[in-house]
Amino acid sequence: MDIKEIIQPENLVYQKPELLNDTPMHYCPGCSHGVVHKLISEVIADMGMADKTVGVSPVGCAVFAYKYIDIDWEEAAHGRAPALATAIKRLWPDRMVFTYQGDGDLACIGTAETIHALNRGENITIIFINNAIYGMTGGQMAPTTLLGMKTATCPYGRDPKLHGYPLKIADIAAQLEGTCYVTRQSVHTVAAINKAKKAIRKAFEYNMAGKGSCLVEMVSTCNSGWKLSPVKANKWMEENMFPFYHIGDLKDINQ
Amino acid sequence: MADQEITLMKGNEAIAHAAIRCGCDGYFGYPITPQSEVLETLAEQKPWETTGMVVLQAESETSSINMVYGGAGCGKKVMTSSSSPGISLMQEGLSYMAGCEIPCLVVNVSRGGPGLGTIQPSQADYFQSCKGGGHGDYHLIVLAPSSVQETADFVDLAFELAFKYRNPAMILSDGVIGQMMEKVVLPPFKPRRTEEQILKECPWAATGRPKTRKPNVITSLELDPAKMEEINIRIQKKYAEIQEKEVRFEEYMLEDAEYAICAFGSAARIAKKAIEDARKEGIKVGLLRPITLWPFPYKEIDKLSNKVKGILSLEINAGQMVEDIRLAVNGRIPVNHYGRLGGIIPAPDEVVAELKKMMK
Repeated sequence: MDIKEIIQPENLVYQKPELLNDTPMHYCPGCSHGVVHKLISEVIADMGMADKTVGVSPVGCAVFAYKYIDIDWEEAAHGRAPALATAIKRLWPDRMVFTYQGDGDLACIGTAETIHALNRGENITIIFINNAIYGMTGGQMAPTTLLGMKTATCPYGRDPKLHGYPLKIADIAAQLEGTCYVTRQSVHTVAAINKAKKAIRKAFEYNMAGKGSCLVEMVSTCNSGWKLSPVKANKWMEENMFPFYHIGDLKDINQ
Repeated sequence: MADQEITLMKGNEAIAHAAIRCGCDGYFGYPITPQSEVLETLAEQKPWETTGMVVLQAESETSSINMVYGGAGCGKKVMTSSSSPGISLMQEGLSYMAGCEIPCLVVNVSRGGPGLGTIQPSQADYFQSCKGGGHGDYHLIVLAPSSVQETADFVDLAFELAFKYRNPAMILSDGVIGQMMEKVVLPPFKPRRTEEQILKECPWAATGRPKTRKPNVITSLELDPAKMEEINIRIQKKYAEIQEKEVRFEEYMLEDAEYAICAFGSAARIAKKAIEDARKEGIKVGLLRPITLWPFPYKEIDKLSNKVKGILSLEINAGQMVEDIRLAVNGRIPVNHYGRLGGIIPAPDEVVAELKKMMK
């Protein structure tokens, strides 16, 4: 059979999402950001909401998220994305509004904005990339850094006496009256990616149905910051992150 | 309230009513003395049931300004108000919005500092308002009302200027103007813009991308130095245009004046009384009141310095606007400052005494 006969629409098993453009991504090979970007692009397109979606990008590795996904964006100051999203959604209630934030942005400098937006029940989704480290600034300690984990600002390992304890944002979010769906996912295997995509879709649908705030945490790798190869970083995540940051739904008001 | 009806209210209440009437889409605020009546009046008026205006009490001033940022970036007419310590927290958001070139209104009902300072009135936020305040090369368009009527009128004007130049505008009020009750005729009702009007007037706004256009991205970030310089030059050109076209000021009894007082906001009210008293004693003095603090009336003060023998800058602070007056005057005539601090309001007789000192 000729190759040209095989390249037919009915044989298509995979394609680049239409909303993901051709700008070369600056993310390190093996990083979770690219996969999560792809999932968001697919979900928005699947829902037919490209013309009604506004994303809010963070400060951190994903600061340029707006360069990769072809939707309208506002680029927030560090930690402030949920405040921007609150206003956008309230002023354009028929729009689909989400923030995309890392752990330094969301769980540290923007904790107040995060907790209060979720607690007010804003109909927005927060996509939370938790890789337990500040990636962009060069691998410093984050509030989510595991005990004993070495980073540039805790080179001897995170010591609770010096640095306090890792913060479980999703667990806090699940306790808030304003949240309708809080889940913790990952994107390190095909099965995990499929589940993560379903979680994003559910969150966006709940927002559009006016059910309340959603938090989709993606337990992620930062192989550069962790100083591991992509494959080893995935293994390290399974062995060290998952026992502390349990994967699965923490809250679903429809369940 | 019918149009043209004269009513008695506080400056802070006038801000709330004027915001509803000028078609404001959203207010995001946080309580702080002496400006809390703005949010309280809006909550009481329930504009979300009438005009559809969103009113939200945020968790901090940091959040309020970032809600304003979000709202401004999606093309809406949005505002916040606060007082000095809260405005300090907002500087990050203001710098970002200036960098993103998006319009908004921020009202500062200023009080004394530094720090927690006092809840009493002060004009000590002149530097913060006019010289940037946050990081980077930027300016706010700053309007200084000296009556409740002007406070009400400046809400619509500030929005107009903010949208015209896509830049944050500020009304720099103070505890006197915000708290005192005066007669006011509220501006007529203007409907909020429709979705179609917003999309037409703000083609840059992040509202959801139709297939017919490229994505709209509201950002102040550019890592390529050449492009970043280009953006900065463009913004500076805009500031030069604002300085050229938008200077506003009031002249009072300057025709025959041998001396002039420069004062803005509540201090200008005191200056007018002092001028009346001084003229009774035969002192020919008038007032130049900058209405826009940025752009500052440098040219007008330059002209004035060729006419009068000296200028007294009356400010309820330790001497801030006086620096701009001296820049305009360029050493040609003496420029003195008189002010009181800590929430004390200068009395007209103190001002007359200062004038006499200058005349010696």
